[in-house]
Amino acid sequence: MSALDDARDRFLALHASFAASRQSEPGWLARLRADALDAFREQGLPHTRLEEWRHTNVTPLAKVPLALATSPARAVARDDLEHHAFPVFACSVYVFVNGRFAPDLSAAQRLNCGTTVESLSELLRTDPERLAPRLGRDVELKRHPFAALATAFLDDGACVRVPRGAGAEQPIHLVFVSAAGADGEPLLSHPRVLIETAAGSRLTLIQDHVAVGTSPGFSNCVTEVEVGADAQVDLVLVQREPDYRFHVSNLAVTQERDSRFAAHTFCFGGAIVRNDVGVRLLGEGAECRLDGLFVAGGRQLVDNHTFVDHAVPRCTSRETYKGIVGGQARGVFRGRILVRPDAQKTSAQQSNANLLLGVGAEVDTKPQLEILADDVKCSHGSSVGQLDPDAFFYLRSRGLSEEVARDLLTRGFAQEILRALPQPALSDALDDALQQRLRLAHAGGLA
Amino acid sequence: MADALLELRDVHATAGDAPILRGVDLVIRPGEVHAVMGPNGSGKSTLANALAGRPSVRVTRGEILYDGRDLTALSPEERAREGIFLAFQYPVEIPGVANLYFLKAALNAVRKHRGQPELDAMEFLQLARRKMKLVEMDEKLMQRSVNEGFSGGEKKRNEVLQMAILEPRLAVLDETDSGLDIDALRIVAGGVNALRGPQRAMLVITHYQRLLDYVEPDFVHVLAGGRIARSGGKELARELEEKGYGWIEASAR
Repeated sequence: MSALDDARDRFLALHASFAASRQSEPGWLARLRADALDAFREQGLPHTRLEEWRHTNVTPLAKVPLALATSPARAVARDDLEHHAFPVFACSVYVFVNGRFAPDLSAAQRLNCGTTVESLSELLRTDPERLAPRLGRDVELKRHPFAALATAFLDDGACVRVPRGAGAEQPIHLVFVSAAGADGEPLLSHPRVLIETAAGSRLTLIQDHVAVGTSPGFSNCVTEVEVGADAQVDLVLVQREPDYRFHVSNLAVTQERDSRFAAHTFCFGGAIVRNDVGVRLLGEGAECRLDGLFVAGGRQLVDNHTFVDHAVPRCTSRETYKGIVGGQARGVFRGRILVRPDAQKTSAQQSNANLLLGVGAEVDTKPQLEILADDVKCSHGSSVGQLDPDAFFYLRSRGLSEEVARDLLTRGFAQEILRALPQPALSDALDDALQQRLRLAHAGGLA
Repeated sequence: MADALLELRDVHATAGDAPILRGVDLVIRPGEVHAVMGPNGSGKSTLANALAGRPSVRVTRGEILYDGRDLTALSPEERAREGIFLAFQYPVEIPGVANLYFLKAALNAVRKHRGQPELDAMEFLQLARRKMKLVEMDEKLMQRSVNEGFSGGEKKRNEVLQMAILEPRLAVLDETDSGLDIDALRIVAGGVNALRGPQRAMLVITHYQRLLDYVEPDFVHVLAGGRIARSGGKELARELEEKGYGWIEASAR
């Protein structure tokens, strides 16, 4: 039996005991779980013969003896989170430990105009029918085995709702902390976020993933976002888990008429990281921007898959992903854009640029454009290169050491992504996080 | 007479794999301004880059002594910290690195080496503002990425600004006049002249005599075929302007 089959069976066994405690759930939720479990059982853990997983072998993840993070997690203290804080902005912070809301660690401020952040498990207890039509709706269970697994284990997470015309001035900061079980037992957890923004509303949300402790573990995340007509959502996804953890995320977005959505994905850690972003442009005049920046060193593998579905006319998508890859690390980018037959006047741009800092580093990049309409503007480009030797010499000729010059150029490469963040304070905070990551990577052999 | 700040003895150098310099001898003392002229391909830029330590230029024979020490043993950043400055013929654009930030980092690297305290952001800004006046530099350019989207003249002014801030002991100007209109040339030359001083030496590399109308050299050398074919006073520049390089190239063969 292969490690992948073995892991599938172990996950199914974990689910059997999990499901035993879920007898009294509403019918729709039981059906969603059952469908998700079926989808996972059929697909199992993906193998590299699948086109979508060709470059990403999850066998190392399959070999970790994971237990399900069910019981209220091992105590994570406020002090544990201190050095993960973004110090620069005062905003409402909601902390989740292994996917479960931890009110004691959170620092919620009053949000404007009826915006709410609630625990999913709490809502499922008090008002399940409100979630019934929405939860799990946009996740393609049959295409994404990990998202199917996460949905089968659906338990807690964040539900963020912004009512019609409302908008919080300050960003909302969701911190997902992963921690091992007693005695460092590696755990499987399923951070989940559901975001609903009504017509004309505004939201900036940071979804931040960190870990405490030194044990491996697996965070399997699903985020669903519904962007209402004329609404504007900026989602900042930060993955800062250490290099011995595994992280898979699925972001599923739908956009209504004239809405604007931006996802800024920052990926700084993890042994194997796979992010799937899917945006469906369902209303005319919708605009989406997908930005991504990742740093991979050592033997890390970071895989970003994006899919933008232009389903209706006159929508715009802009996609810029940048990778900084050193050591023996590997980066994967695959950007799929589908322009359906009716989606005339589509404007779609995609670019993927990669900076290789080590001779053993590798990047696989592949755009995939399927254009079925004729009156469209679509472009894509990708590049894989090294630091510009002329620029390197220029900086050194002014007295900067090789290390400083390399860092400056590397950070310069990333600025386009950092500066596109919705607030300067956020740009600075992520720039700091990037510098921290680069220092760590140099120590561990980025070059 | 003061000790030489820079001394080249029979310097041979390759750029890429091509032999370019074929035995250059040159002595520069503090306070002196030397001009090196010569036709295209004579080795002017290779000479400048050999002094700054560009990795693609390799000294294969002879020696370069700076302040009595073997210069070729130093990395580019060590040379810069020891007071060598190269104003690039083609200043490099560096996207995403703010000019002000870069200049502050460079100055502090040099100051640290000299045992001087580093400047904080406020102190540096005050210094930079003073120096910007020297080259009539728009402050907006300081917030932009290094040289990105700068005009040719702005790039060259940025080079002179860097020189003014870093206060080198030996400034090497590699065709700083090329591509400048007359106004920009006057500004750049004004900046260079303001930096002349008894402790500072300059090596001004140029194809044309017109820069030397503004920056008056003490010595003029003509580089031809990788060697200094002729040296003289400033009148040599004028002679070259009238006669061209042909007569020197012919006699150098």
